[in-house]
Amino acid sequence: MYTIVRKRFLTPLIALMDVDAPRMARSAKPGQFLIVRVHDKGERIPLTVCDFDSEKGTVTIVTQVVGASSRRICNMVEGESFTDFAGPLGQPSEFIHMSREELSAKRFLFIAGGLGTAPVYPQVKFLHSMGAKIDVIIGAKSKDMVIFEQEMRDICDNLYICTDDGSYGKKGLVTEMLKELLDRGERYDQAVAIGPMIMMKFVTLTAKPYNLPLIVSLNTLMVDGTGMCGACRVSVGSKTKFACVDGPEFDAYLVDFEEAMRRQGMYKNIEQEADHKCKIGIERHK
Amino acid sequence: MRNKIPRVPVREQDPKERVKNFSEVCYGYNEQEAMLEASRCLGCKNPACVKDCPVNIQIPQFIYQVELGNFEEAARILFTDSSLPAVCGRVCPQETQCEGKCILGVKGEPVAIGKLERFVADWSRQKGIKFTDRKPLNGKSVAVIGSGPAGVACATDLAKMGYDVTIFEALHEPGGVLQYGIPEFRLPKEDVVKAEIDNVRSLGVKIETNVVVGRTVTIDSLMDDEGFSAIFIGSGAGLPKFMGIPGENLNAVVSANEFLTRSNLMRAYDPEYETPIYVGKRVAVVGGGNVAMDAARTAQRLGAQVTVVYRRTEKELPARVEEVHHAKEEGIVFRMLTNPVEVLGDERGWVRGLTCIKMELGEPDASGRRSPVPVPNSNFDIETDVVIMSLGTSPNPLIATTTPGLQTNRWDCLVADESGATTRPGIFAGGDVVTGAATVILAMGAGRKAAEAIDLYLQGK
Repeated sequence: MYTIVRKRFLTPLIALMDVDAPRMARSAKPGQFLIVRVHDKGERIPLTVCDFDSEKGTVTIVTQVVGASSRRICNMVEGESFTDFAGPLGQPSEFIHMSREELSAKRFLFIAGGLGTAPVYPQVKFLHSMGAKIDVIIGAKSKDMVIFEQEMRDICDNLYICTDDGSYGKKGLVTEMLKELLDRGERYDQAVAIGPMIMMKFVTLTAKPYNLPLIVSLNTLMVDGTGMCGACRVSVGSKTKFACVDGPEFDAYLVDFEEAMRRQGMYKNIEQEADHKCKIGIERHK
Repeated sequence: MRNKIPRVPVREQDPKERVKNFSEVCYGYNEQEAMLEASRCLGCKNPACVKDCPVNIQIPQFIYQVELGNFEEAARILFTDSSLPAVCGRVCPQETQCEGKCILGVKGEPVAIGKLERFVADWSRQKGIKFTDRKPLNGKSVAVIGSGPAGVACATDLAKMGYDVTIFEALHEPGGVLQYGIPEFRLPKEDVVKAEIDNVRSLGVKIETNVVVGRTVTIDSLMDDEGFSAIFIGSGAGLPKFMGIPGENLNAVVSANEFLTRSNLMRAYDPEYETPIYVGKRVAVVGGGNVAMDAARTAQRLGAQVTVVYRRTEKELPARVEEVHHAKEEGIVFRMLTNPVEVLGDERGWVRGLTCIKMELGEPDASGRRSPVPVPNSNFDIETDVVIMSLGTSPNPLIATTTPGLQTNRWDCLVADESGATTRPGIFAGGDVVTGAATVILAMGAGRKAAEAIDLYLQGK
């Protein structure tokens, strides 16, 4: 169970793995996440679902080396197994409940930051299969952090890539690219931003004056991921929600990002990787 | 005369020592102590203790065997009615159940039924004795959702009747609340919980972890695609409640569920594990139930100075007397008639204190409990680094919301009749998911009743 049947490095530090999990492969939907444990004294680590294949019975995850736990995941090889692999968890993206007719008349914009490209991929794939029009912005630190470029190009209408250092695509942040698109009159029925909390916050601030409907996927702290502990609670529209059962996707304009970022850092000082500050949105991979 | 022998005291770890470790508080009886205590039992012809035991253990019979020194026979009697005697001997509220009805308790102290149960279960485990009698497989399979007390009790009885039983557990370790909720110092995980769960496995029950019913699979996919003829839902009451007061989302406000899950299931107290946990210097626990006591005593062991804040008086504390007694021995401070109105934060968004209001007891309400009312203008602050909210739980909606036709009541509990039958044929439920947060043994009782009902249902098919 939970054996890695295929592994490849997308970049020197980012690994993609297909994991044998037949039940999850059958039930996973865009927008959901899962929880892994790498060894029997390890933490429960939430990861986004990047893809799933019900016929092969595999679920795809993407991890980047940032600290001890994520290095351990990335170091696993084909044939090795996860100790635990639970899910899918959380609510699927809302659009999966819409009909092909509705979706084919809609235009979506995805804003993916760093590893956030991985959970964006199954959403774009689904919407593409339903005939929707889709633009995607991928933002990364540098060229060697850009993932899923070709896969995304194959299924979206326009792909915009920007890098912090200008080593690939346009130099700059996703917010600048977003503003440029909106300023030149591009219109979308729905936008979805997934990436580091700070990125999602600024995407929200950027999009607001344009009244762009925006969903964000919150990568909060979690322990069980099934609604039992409340570690993931976030203020959404001044109500307390559990990201693991009510989310992880919420209306961006209702999310209290300051609180969410503060809460995300709660165990930073206690953890071994205390001095590490994530720049690319992989807080989930503690 | 039997009733002239005083109740044999049970040896416990010194409070000064035990606040520094997570080893079990109570040592339990040895053989001599157990036989002496067993000799106090009058062996009533019409034993009230049995009637008040939710799983109806044949109490005088097993105790008689202990008195004779036939511990294996005593164990056989115990395991006939209970799949978790080493657990129940430790965590049951005997004072309000079996021991509460003991005739000896009228004038003196009741027989220490719980401690005897624990002794017999521990003895048979240490001797490696297993009771694996079951009927041959009858060709029908039943899925049990949740490996907590309700699920385990139901699965055990069904397996003995000849059903092919699979338990689906959402977390990575079986045991439910026995794993994530009750601390090591009250209920050792490796020696007791794992061992009793293994007993269930040796009856042929399969346990699949990491299956979140409602997400990984649904009740309907289990029946339609995986061929289960009946389902028992014992998924517990997992969703923590909060007060809804300002400051509740500050850093270091946690639910008792989170705090205990980190320490118990995720072993945060053990440096070999990677789980972080934060206790600061001072911890305030809000609530007065057993879970609040567990959280308080865990925090104290992790090095904090702990205060329990409770809005009624000590008399109304819902926690077991023994737990409160142990907590006090361990130096935990109780502030009664005190209710938080706001969590105070520092400039970085971390807890620095708790504003409380003094309470007084008003008129008894419909349930007969005197409800606490705030004393006007009596606000005061308690300094604390961590606030643990232990206000109870409500059932997780995952199953109810993904299973058409399954009715819930206004507390989000599944609707089920006495036998555990829900509003859908073939689907049964019991334990906290039906009653709301209750005890291990009540959940086990519900699991056993449902096993009987499932048997009747499947025989009629």
